[in-house]
Amino acid sequence: MTTPSTATVRTGIRPISVGRRVKDRVVQVLICLAFVLALIPLASVLWMVVKNGMQRFDLEFLTHSMRNIGARDVGGGAYHAIIGTLQQVLLASLIAVPIGLLTAIYLVEYGNGGRLARTIGFFVDVMTGVPSVVSGLFVLAFWILVLGMPFSGFAGALALSILMMPVVVRSAEEMLRLVPRELREASYALGVPKWRTVVKVVLPTAFTGIATGVMLAVARVAGETAPLLLTVFFTDSINNDPFNGPQMGLPLYVFDQAGRPTDAAIDRAWSGALTLILIVMLLNLVARLIGWWRSPARKGS
Amino acid sequence: MVAVAREEGVLGTMAKQIEVSDLDAYYGSHKAIEGITMTIEPRSVTAFIGPSGCGKSTFLRTLNRMHEVIPGARVEGKVRLEDQDLYGPDVDPVSVRRTIGMVFQRPNPFPTMSIFDNVAAGLRLNGRVSRSELDGVVETSLKGANLWNEVKDRLNKPGAGLSGGQQQRLCIARAIAVRPEVLLMDEPCSALDPISTLAIEDLIAQLKKDYTIVIVTHNMQQAARVSDRTAFFNLAAQGRPGKLIEMDDTSKIFTNPAEKATEDYITGRFG
Amino acid sequence: MTGAESTPEVEPLQYGSAGAPESGSALREPPGELDRGETGGPAMRRAARRRAVGIGGARGDGPFRFAATAAGAVLLAIMAAIGAFLVVKAVPALRANTTNFLTELTWQPNATEPVFGIGALAFGTVLSSFLALVIATPVAVGVALFISHYAPRRLASALGYVVDLLAAVPSVVYGLWGIAFLVPFMLEPSRFLNRYLGWIPLFGGDQVVGRSMLTAALVLAIMILPIIAAISREVFLQVPKAQEEAALALGATRWEMIRMSVLPFGRPGVISAAMLGLGRAMGETIAVALIFPATFTVTFQVLGPNGNSIAANIANGFGEATETGRGALIASGLVLFLITLLVNMGARLVIARRKEYARAAA
Ligand SMILES: Nc1ncnc2c1ncn2[C@@H]1O[C@H](COP(=O)(O)OP(=O)(O)O)[C@@H](O)[C@H]1O
Ligand SMILES: [Mg+2]
Repeated sequence: MTTPSTATVRTGIRPISVGRRVKDRVVQVLICLAFVLALIPLASVLWMVVKNGMQRFDLEFLTHSMRNIGARDVGGGAYHAIIGTLQQVLLASLIAVPIGLLTAIYLVEYGNGGRLARTIGFFVDVMTGVPSVVSGLFVLAFWILVLGMPFSGFAGALALSILMMPVVVRSAEEMLRLVPRELREASYALGVPKWRTVVKVVLPTAFTGIATGVMLAVARVAGETAPLLLTVFFTDSINNDPFNGPQMGLPLYVFDQAGRPTDAAIDRAWSGALTLILIVMLLNLVARLIGWWRSPARKGS
Repeated sequence: MVAVAREEGVLGTMAKQIEVSDLDAYYGSHKAIEGITMTIEPRSVTAFIGPSGCGKSTFLRTLNRMHEVIPGARVEGKVRLEDQDLYGPDVDPVSVRRTIGMVFQRPNPFPTMSIFDNVAAGLRLNGRVSRSELDGVVETSLKGANLWNEVKDRLNKPGAGLSGGQQQRLCIARAIAVRPEVLLMDEPCSALDPISTLAIEDLIAQLKKDYTIVIVTHNMQQAARVSDRTAFFNLAAQGRPGKLIEMDDTSKIFTNPAEKATEDYITGRFG
Repeated sequence: MTGAESTPEVEPLQYGSAGAPESGSALREPPGELDRGETGGPAMRRAARRRAVGIGGARGDGPFRFAATAAGAVLLAIMAAIGAFLVVKAVPALRANTTNFLTELTWQPNATEPVFGIGALAFGTVLSSFLALVIATPVAVGVALFISHYAPRRLASALGYVVDLLAAVPSVVYGLWGIAFLVPFMLEPSRFLNRYLGWIPLFGGDQVVGRSMLTAALVLAIMILPIIAAISREVFLQVPKAQEEAALALGATRWEMIRMSVLPFGRPGVISAAMLGLGRAMGETIAVALIFPATFTVTFQVLGPNGNSIAANIANGFGEATETGRGALIASGLVLFLITLLVNMGARLVIARRKEYARAAA
């Protein structure tokens, strides 16, 4: 047996073996490396987008469309795509936020963990996994092919809203659940009906958190390309009417230009990518700022 | 045979005296305990008593460097195990914890491991151990923790399936399987029913033959029953650091304490 | 319906205004009105009212409740409608198809004799996603552990945010980066793999190019890394302190503690995170549409000029699709929808099981 020898060797603190210590160190290094490894593509993407995007990131780019720009011409811009993206995202939010918010209210305030609530909760989760191209195909099949509507910014907004909804539901639900129970009960105690309590007490308390979630959802769909491809189609011209005729979207613009064979088009693609990233990062930043602005208040109360 | 050999080899060397001098412990900028100096005798049971929040757990955790695993927590002062400073510059906290075992307030067996694996977990850390040796140690430790008869037929079942009292004894078995010099117990019975509590108290009385045992308890009778020495902690006011008020033989503390505060606390509880 | 039970509601409104003149503001400014001091009325009356409201609801609650429930139902209806309308538009094209949709490898739905099948596309989708998963999961788990157990606490949330930024980059930008940077960049490493590890079938083959299955899988891996890392991180942060301390108190090093406590607890969460990542990778469209050479071959040689996926094929083929062509793309989209649905439902069920497991273990 090994026991007698260890018993005599043992004096006070027994150090651990070198092998164990080395293993611990090696794993530590590997884990730090994993983190660095994950940041390399992020740094590379951002660097290339900024470097290449700056070449054409000028006033003409931001104020002109691609109308009358020939296949080999330099110049042209993404104005029509920027307008399109803003309109589509706004419309998508107008559809997704009310439905998403009401669903979250149902899940938190009325569902009581019943069968319907659990089913909805489950499918909200599943819905977050619906590929964006599938939501585009659905709107194509339903709105354009079956109902015979034209390609339009609104069709794109429909597809985007399907992608937004589950994100809005989940973030709003989480925020609503954070509202302290006592606050609701205090309101009920005053005899305020439940729906007024929700509208006047619960929602205002959770407002900033919900706004953060909505901004993040908007940021997510603003960069989606595939659904637009199938529902908004392409155009090189400005179309200010989101309900009629093909529009452009910024992601679509990047995809379109990246597929063209000239250097001028590739430059425009990078500038479009830069614009898109700026918009998405701005939305993210606003979301974080709302969240940050709200956190001291939460600590205070 | 394995068991016998172990016990013989062990008796002479296990159990060490601990000397603490002028120890402060912090959580971030909050000083939780201050200026603690005491000697903990080998092969005896030392009980820590005192009101909630006075820093008993904190102090106990400084004795095996578990305190510093909490983010922002740190310790000032000296803790000596015989002649070694636990907080010395070249001392690895992992070795300290391997040498000084700990049992927590709530039983915390590894939920995904079987009873056997729970007890063997600490041994397996120290490199390859033969299956027969492992079997021997697991059996000895479970017997040492008075749990063997109850679980010997289901060693491969999950540890989480045991009752609370059994889980706590499993945790004790797990702690003594690595043959520590000292065993720290933080209110080991507070989550248990009276019968399990008695079982653990009996166990402590047996274990003190081999180990230096330090136990935090809220229960005066328990301190009086199981311990040889008792230390009373208190804090001057809420938010102030906890201090050691007095430490003496248990019989003296409970019959004739030197400090008024100790007497108030003890009689308050008893009355 | 609820109106009949709502009688107690009238009195409390007066109660709110009993002492204070601003009876109207009782409802306009609820947070102020809900101040502890003011609500400190007789406890019995409060309890009685709470019960009344809790059981019966109150006037005006009906429509609101209906709207909330309807919104939830709309979500369910959308999920059902996605399946239904894809089927409706896919069926005519599938009828027109002259071969077996499930086994055919080529894709010529625009021909007068439409011939198209999902075989090669489904193969490419599954292969590229699995490669991406195999590449991304270890790194993501490492990232998650770094943030949850290695990085200083104060930095943890900021570092998590940085990793989340990876997810904020639009996929079309990854596609652009992929063709402009990664495709040329991958040529040398691919040649290296082919030369020295060519005996592994995956890296074999005579032709090595940058626009390969491997490059696309790498882009996919980058794109799904944040979601796997984020979920794993959350799960690792939820590991009960008691379990971590149990390991540490036995004299475990940090890594041993992670192996004994963190990974066993987190395993189901990591598995479902990986499945969610798999679903993402399968549905990812634009980035791979730009990188894949859009072939219809079935081969495991990931360094060669092969590769396509259902989603990429939809993006690339939609522009010139005829009526049947669109139907065929919709049919392929239906297959994609069903696959991702299964993967996602599987992942969610694992998570649901995990919750129960965690509760049982607590
Ligand atoms: N993890 C922690 N972080 C910050 N402060 C803590 C922590 N644990 C304990 N404390 C503080 O340290 C003091 C002593 O606590 P503790 O040692 O748990 O007391 P006891 O075990 O005697 O009840 C208390 O004021 C408590 O608030
Ligand atoms: Mg305590």
